[in-house]
Amino acid sequence: MQSKLKQGTAHIARLGRKGCDAMEALGRAGVFLAQSAVGIPSREGWGLWLKQVHFVGVLSLAIVLVSGLFIGMVLALQGYTILVDFGAEQALGQMVALSLLRELAPVVAALLFAGRAGSALTAEIGLMKATEQLTSMEMIGVDPLRRVVAPRLWAGFVALPILTVGFSVVGIWGGYLVGVEWLGVFEGSYWGNMQASVSFINDIGNGMIKSMVFAVVVTWIAVFQGYDLIPTSEGISRATTRTVVYSSLAVLGLDFVLTAVMFGGL
Amino acid sequence: MKVNQPMTDVPFIEIEDLYFSRGDLDIFRGINMTILRGKVTAIMGPSGTGKTTLLKLIGGQLTPDQGRILIDGQDVHRLSRKALFALRKRMGMLFQSGALFSDLDVFENVAFPLRVHTDLPDAMIRDLVLLKLQAVGLRGARQLTPAELSGGMARRVALARAVALDPELILYDEPFVGQDPISMGVLVQLIKRLNQALALTSVVVSHDIKETLSIADYLYLIADGQVVAHGTPKTLDTNQDPRVSQFIHGEPDGPVPFHYPAESFYRDILGQASVTRAG
Repeated sequence: MQSKLKQGTAHIARLGRKGCDAMEALGRAGVFLAQSAVGIPSREGWGLWLKQVHFVGVLSLAIVLVSGLFIGMVLALQGYTILVDFGAEQALGQMVALSLLRELAPVVAALLFAGRAGSALTAEIGLMKATEQLTSMEMIGVDPLRRVVAPRLWAGFVALPILTVGFSVVGIWGGYLVGVEWLGVFEGSYWGNMQASVSFINDIGNGMIKSMVFAVVVTWIAVFQGYDLIPTSEGISRATTRTVVYSSLAVLGLDFVLTAVMFGGL
Repeated sequence: MKVNQPMTDVPFIEIEDLYFSRGDLDIFRGINMTILRGKVTAIMGPSGTGKTTLLKLIGGQLTPDQGRILIDGQDVHRLSRKALFALRKRMGMLFQSGALFSDLDVFENVAFPLRVHTDLPDAMIRDLVLLKLQAVGLRGARQLTPAELSGGMARRVALARAVALDPELILYDEPFVGQDPISMGVLVQLIKRLNQALALTSVVVSHDIKETLSIADYLYLIADGQVVAHGTPKTLDTNQDPRVSQFIHGEPDGPVPFHYPAESFYRDILGQASVTRAG
């Protein structure tokens, strides 16, 4: 009886410790974000930032655009088969554009960004930590938060919203290819209905806000996981996995909250 | 244990009553040291006694539980982040692994401190970098990447980088570990020569007795979280304390046990055997 009680309290204690650890990590991550986000721009900061924009943004362009194209094409194909039953295939343009702008472009681009750029950021910073490059930078009198973390953080903040725009544009074009060129929807109604129903502020604006929030969250998770990891090969592999898992969950969870606030009338 | 020193020598680093622990493990229990300006001071001790930790405490990367470290009169752990980074510009540190920046070549690695801390024109930076590389004998290797260097070369490039800003203090973390006899000789020479030529204060953490004794002006021997002996190489060589003579003369067993603490060997083996048989 007593040993069961002891076991029970041990479980509760362990749960409490985990809770404390999680809160402590969250606090560390918050301080980390605040300290590094102020780190731009410096004299040479722009060059470092541009290099990172190229690394996380330009090099992610191919995967994001190709995915956007296919998702637009699939949307048009699926949408058409449903809409045509109701004789509403003229609304295809509206459907494709709204799905992409409000939901699919910000979310899928963020997920792809987490997999392509986020994991690379974690591994790169983690390896720099494991090989004492961050420590030696500190000892040279250069703050790695400013020199290494800040350019990567700001590159991510800027790159993902731009990638999302590219995703939407290519997706809408993919929908046009399938809907208009292949399935024969009237071109005027594809573009016309889209123009009439898409609101710049409500749809494009809200989609961009989502994308900016995802950009901050995904990049923050990626660089923090890299900076905070245990500097061993196992630590790096775990942190890279955590980056992808945490950012995917955060993006999907936040998407629901943001959608509820923006479109759900909350 | 307060260190007495001749009045003519000026202390550069003063470590006062330093306590540090990691989890339940006490690493330092009340360490006092005085490191004199312009001298090569060696900190020696068996592996695992926290020699590297001590360097990290001096560099302000770790914070002690108790006690303080003064560098040139400034309490390292009470400085603001900005002041700490300013102080670090006056010190160089040679890491065990070299810790070169893998995305920069040899030249840019040595130029890094100059580029971030000075406004010197490119031509002058080039001259300074070549001078430092010449001093470590690697002027010809300037275009190589860190991945193309051998361990010894990487450490020499790291040394050139550590002295790029002409610091007042250099901390060497196990500079002789894993070096072949030639690189070892080169490094010993370099540390001694740099110390004299640049009027540096050097702190060498090491357990390579012969090499360290040959260049150190003063030695501290730490074990069990405390300073067990200190003095010039000559006085330590003749020290009768069994812990000191075991270390200095490299005897495998003595007050510092060869075995990591464990239960009785007999019971361990026998216990294992009975479990196997029962299973």
